Amino acid sequence: MAEQRIVFRGIRIIDPASGRDETTDVATEGAHISAVGPEATAAGAQVVDGDGLVLAPGLVDMHTHLREPGFEHKETVETGTRAAAAGGFTAVAPMANTDPVADNAAVIHEVRNLAARAALCDVFPVGAITRGLAGEEMAELGEMVEAGVRMFSDDGQCVQDARVLRNALTYARAFEDVVLAEHCEDAALAEGGQMHEGLHSYSLGLAGQPREAEEVIVARDLAIARLTGGRLHLCHLSSAGSIEMVRRAKAEGLRVSAEVTPHHLVFCDEDLRTYDTNFKVNPPLRSPEDREALRAALADGTIDVVATDHAPHAVEEKETEFDYAPPGTIGLETALAAIITYLVAPGLLSLSSAIEAMSVRPARILGAGEHGGPLEPGRPANLVVFDPSAEWMVEPPFVSRSRNSAFLGTTLQGRVMYTALRGELVVADGKPQR
Amino acid sequence: MNRHLLSIHDVSAEDIVRILDTAESFREVGTRVIKKVPALRGRTIVNLFYENSTRTRISFELAAKRLSADVINFTTSGTSVSKGESLKDTALTLQAMGADAIVIRHSSSGSPFTLTRWVKGSVLNAGDGTHEHPTQALLDMYTMRERLGKIEGLRVAIIGDVLHSRVARSLSFGLVKMGAEVTLVGPPTLIPPDAPAWGVQVSYDIDGVLPKLDVCYMLRVQRERQRQQYFPSVREYSRLFGLTNARVGMLPEGSLIMHPGPMNRGVEIDSDVADLPQSVIEHQVTNGIAVRMSLLYLLLGGSGTGEVGADG
Repeated sequence: MAEQRIVFRGIRIIDPASGRDETTDVATEGAHISAVGPEATAAGAQVVDGDGLVLAPGLVDMHTHLREPGFEHKETVETGTRAAAAGGFTAVAPMANTDPVADNAAVIHEVRNLAARAALCDVFPVGAITRGLAGEEMAELGEMVEAGVRMFSDDGQCVQDARVLRNALTYARAFEDVVLAEHCEDAALAEGGQMHEGLHSYSLGLAGQPREAEEVIVARDLAIARLTGGRLHLCHLSSAGSIEMVRRAKAEGLRVSAEVTPHHLVFCDEDLRTYDTNFKVNPPLRSPEDREALRAALADGTIDVVATDHAPHAVEEKETEFDYAPPGTIGLETALAAIITYLVAPGLLSLSSAIEAMSVRPARILGAGEHGGPLEPGRPANLVVFDPSAEWMVEPPFVSRSRNSAFLGTTLQGRVMYTALRGELVVADGKPQR
Repeated sequence: MNRHLLSIHDVSAEDIVRILDTAESFREVGTRVIKKVPALRGRTIVNLFYENSTRTRISFELAAKRLSADVINFTTSGTSVSKGESLKDTALTLQAMGADAIVIRHSSSGSPFTLTRWVKGSVLNAGDGTHEHPTQALLDMYTMRERLGKIEGLRVAIIGDVLHSRVARSLSFGLVKMGAEVTLVGPPTLIPPDAPAWGVQVSYDIDGVLPKLDVCYMLRVQRERQRQQYFPSVREYSRLFGLTNARVGMLPEGSLIMHPGPMNRGVEIDSDVADLPQSVIEHQVTNGIAVRMSLLYLLLGGSGTGEVGADG
């Protein structure tokens, strides 16, 4: 690859890691940022007029499903990372529920190899906590740590056996900065649940999954975090009650972080009235009151991270009876715009806080040191450039191989124009370049 | 009226009156020697049944035949459904064959909604999962109006497994819309906690409710629920929530006993109670045909009641 040189001229740079939010020039040379400041130049550089645009550290998604190996009809490392780049992400963490499950170093290496060949963003594979996601025997965490894994999760499943989780959280303390991420769902309370249990589930005749199915596990996991001193991350929280517990746990000083998805921040159980399977997600979309609590928790920092839970499914899998459809919505291409539209534009969250939640903090949790800023000379040029006011309608085609988006048909504000991965413009004028 | 009947929410109070009035004209057709009118001659109606229900299917089939429509029954056994063809492909096939209306029964809630995405004709919900069964609610309201002269102001208790009952949902919504006073009765495990938001009362005490009723509507107990521990035993259920011989005397004179069928005699309703004169369960069945004729006629472009029964 030829040394790419780019100058973003007169652009608003938002870099929470350095506290910078100003309009200036940013230059890259090869894989790195070469200059930040007025009149930054690089000889022979491509010049991007930054008028009306924002430049920020590339987004980092700590909760993605790339589906490869095993479910290539839904997504692959190549198509999923292309969708990620289109959405402004420079790093993603694909979950372990592939086939075979990423519960050993060999599968981790396989995903890394696929990424090395074809990915348009960096890939940080998540390892399974237990063998086969079965919740019974601990997977070989140490070997996966040696293969570079920093986060473990049985996502999709929740470790039901409290002793297994206790041992895993304790064992993982042997490794520096390793985090265990839990999909909080009590299997018995959630069994068969198609949507949030409440007025709407009763009226629609869909089996409900009460918010308590999440809350009892959040309560249990926080207690185990206290018991073990382990580092715990709570995935895609959906209920106001969970937020309260996380708030108290943080005040107490437990080593816990939490995430929320754009779809839980935007939609609610009322949206299922037409039985649109794109709104069937897990955890389910909850009440408007829960959604308000999630928004407030993101704004006040109780929730650390926005993660997509990008969950691609083939058309025929979703175009079916509601009961039969698998849960999940894609989200990589809409995440930033959803947060701008529903949180930044109404004044609930500053753009800088949004970048913290979508880049700085997830990069830190994943140990992705090349991502999340600070944007300073000599640092890797992993960047996103977006137009925070451009409006667009969400409709196919998607860059993702799948199109099961809960946002279909909505108009969003905020459009990714450029994504730079180590100085290479993998997305330019809103389009992936390879 | 809407093109489809997916939920009782699809019909307004005025629509309900119109459906019941039209059914009244068709009720007479069923008493003739030749029980047939040419109202839907040449139209094609498909009964798409993913769930076994002989009585509902026969009722729709008779309704369509009495309107002279061509009827095709498409059920789970012996068709592509059992070969695993998707609902979408089945719908596209029926669409290609020119179905004017599809009557669908399915074990998954919302399937009739899903079906409307792929067909141009009318879709009638003949029961979907634990969601709704709007034609049952309409025929029940017809029966109440026929027997008691009105719906508004009637005091109706719906007793049993409301949580899993599509009949209870449609009937509750429909009766509330028509101004009746509805009380849901059953064990707390089988009453949706948010039911009061439907505009109904909730009681766990059948004996406190029975003396104040115009209509006592019993729901079928599904025995498999007992295995899921919604209640301790069928015996205890029957004792606490069944309409027993001992209990039936608490009902005011002139009140009705109804049941959507099929009944579990001896479980939710004692056998002798089911056969009392005030029990109108068979009338419900007869009226069901007239109400379904009315719906098919109105949904498939009938212009009113004028030509009904004009010849035969």
